Amino acid sequence: MTALATPVAGGVDAPARRNRRPIRPARILLYAFLTAMALGWLGPLLLAAYASLRPYQETAKYGYFSWPHKLSLDYYKQAWSGADLPHYFRNTFVITVPAVVLTLFLASFVAFALSRFAIPGRTMLLVMFTAGNLLPPQVIVTPLYTAYTKIPLPEWMSSSLSLYDSYIGLVAIHVAFQTGFCVFVLYNYMRTIPVELNEAALVDGASVWRQYWQVILPLTRPALGALATLEFTFIYNDFLWALVLMSSGDKLPVTSALNNLRGQFFTDYNLLAAGSVLVALPTLIVFFALQKQFVSGLTLGANKG
Amino acid sequence: MTSSPLTAAAPATSTSPVGGRRRRRLRRFTRRDVGVLAVLLGIPVALDLALIWATTIASIGLSFTSYNGVTAIKWVGWRNYDQIFTIYEPFWRAVRNNLLWLGTLGLIATPLGLFLAYLLDKNIRLTRVYQSLFYMPVVLSLAVVGFIAQLVYSRDHGALNVLLGRADHPTDWLGDPNINIWAVLVAAIWRHTGYVMVLYLAGLKAVDPALKEAAVIDGANERQVFFQVIFPTLRPINIIVLVITVIEALRAFDIVYAINSGRNGLELLSVLVTQNIVGEASRIGFGSAIAVILLTTSTGFVIAYLTQIVREDRS
Repeated sequence: MTALATPVAGGVDAPARRNRRPIRPARILLYAFLTAMALGWLGPLLLAAYASLRPYQETAKYGYFSWPHKLSLDYYKQAWSGADLPHYFRNTFVITVPAVVLTLFLASFVAFALSRFAIPGRTMLLVMFTAGNLLPPQVIVTPLYTAYTKIPLPEWMSSSLSLYDSYIGLVAIHVAFQTGFCVFVLYNYMRTIPVELNEAALVDGASVWRQYWQVILPLTRPALGALATLEFTFIYNDFLWALVLMSSGDKLPVTSALNNLRGQFFTDYNLLAAGSVLVALPTLIVFFALQKQFVSGLTLGANKG
Repeated sequence: MTSSPLTAAAPATSTSPVGGRRRRRLRRFTRRDVGVLAVLLGIPVALDLALIWATTIASIGLSFTSYNGVTAIKWVGWRNYDQIFTIYEPFWRAVRNNLLWLGTLGLIATPLGLFLAYLLDKNIRLTRVYQSLFYMPVVLSLAVVGFIAQLVYSRDHGALNVLLGRADHPTDWLGDPNINIWAVLVAAIWRHTGYVMVLYLAGLKAVDPALKEAAVIDGANERQVFFQVIFPTLRPINIIVLVITVIEALRAFDIVYAINSGRNGLELLSVLVTQNIVGEASRIGFGSAIAVILLTTSTGFVIAYLTQIVREDRS
């Protein structure tokens, strides 16, 4: 799919990039504004990272906004081994990767079908998917918990023998919940892709699957890239479902495991900050990896009036 | 319910030789096409119906009971709703806060996100660095957000009081019920802007540069190009962002929950739902009723918008 998209993207984007303007006062103002905003946005994060490098006693005495006396990476070592982070990172990826891939695959197909074909009940389906995503997840906690404990699974799928406390159950609720959001976004995005493209494909005798996989999906790459980033973040950061639908402590995702760093009577927030920085890293890496997809242009003139 | 109309349409496509536009389109499907459509639409629809809608309907049912998770389910009619609107004091405060949240995201965070995306789309150097910085707050998990709020707003150790030179007469930004919602709203803007920016960045890539060039040649200035050329072509993304903003405002939960579990001036509807359902009181029926109120509000909004979109597509 990328093979088909890349030449198109490169061809249209290249002349725009070559067109480098001389630096004008407006440009300087632009950079100044962006830099000031970026610093404001980054400030609280830097403060957190800074706190994670300082001993608790020091920040308790002088406040978080003070000159350092001692800086070290001790809290990182402590968080990494103390909370057994590698183990919980593994759990998180077992849940997050399949959930994101399945969500995007199913949602993009639904959006494709609903935006391209006169499927009966199209409005109903769209409302169903979109409105389902509007629910605060807490609403369905009680019935879902009851249902999960009553649905049996064979042992090779779940060591708990039920949907409750199984990775499959967790992936399923993530997919169900997030598909609605993705269908909604992708449907709106795909509406802007000209129908003529499909009709051309139809003349060539392309099947529904080929129209989806080889015509529409490559054109949806920027939206898919943005969604993959957001979905990875949402599912990765979830802790509600894990809390309600899991019971074995060693199966929990890494965000819940951060709680292991909280003491019963006293919480060393600087240690928690170090753990939080480590936990936030994968989402940032995913953002950097996928950024190119929605930043490098795929300008196809889809909106040509 | 949803796959049946599809399969019902399938025989019609092969048997009826004449028909409207829709039929002609469906006739082009081979049997394999229909199979692919049925399976790949069927799975997500089934998942959504089983896990989201069936449980939602169960919750609506529970909202008319006094269920507490232990004793038998007892039907109480509209009593929960009646109490919520009349004597349950946190409810109206939560409604007010949710509306403030909606106004803040809609009037400040969303336009700011669009503005940043627009600036970052201008072929500038280091654009990816800026994008990453603005996006960073979005990736933070609940625990981090709560901690950062303390770092900045804490009365005794926080950075804000020091920066404002108020270390001697510190303001309790999170503890004072008159001002803490505003402090939290600033944090909400901080998180929402990057989210909106990412969506608009993807959307701006779909705007044909030729349109912009044509407008410039016609003598339009930058503001005119933006409001009369770019913004209208962003319409699909605008709708997405609008709906997302409403969803986020109605579902807002984690920042206040991380700060003080949503009490003392920081009440939000989703927090009230959680406190009643998951909390110690375990008033599942009562919490479900608040949830149903929330759901009704948001669904009305979505249906209005989607009906409009689909109508547009038909014309």
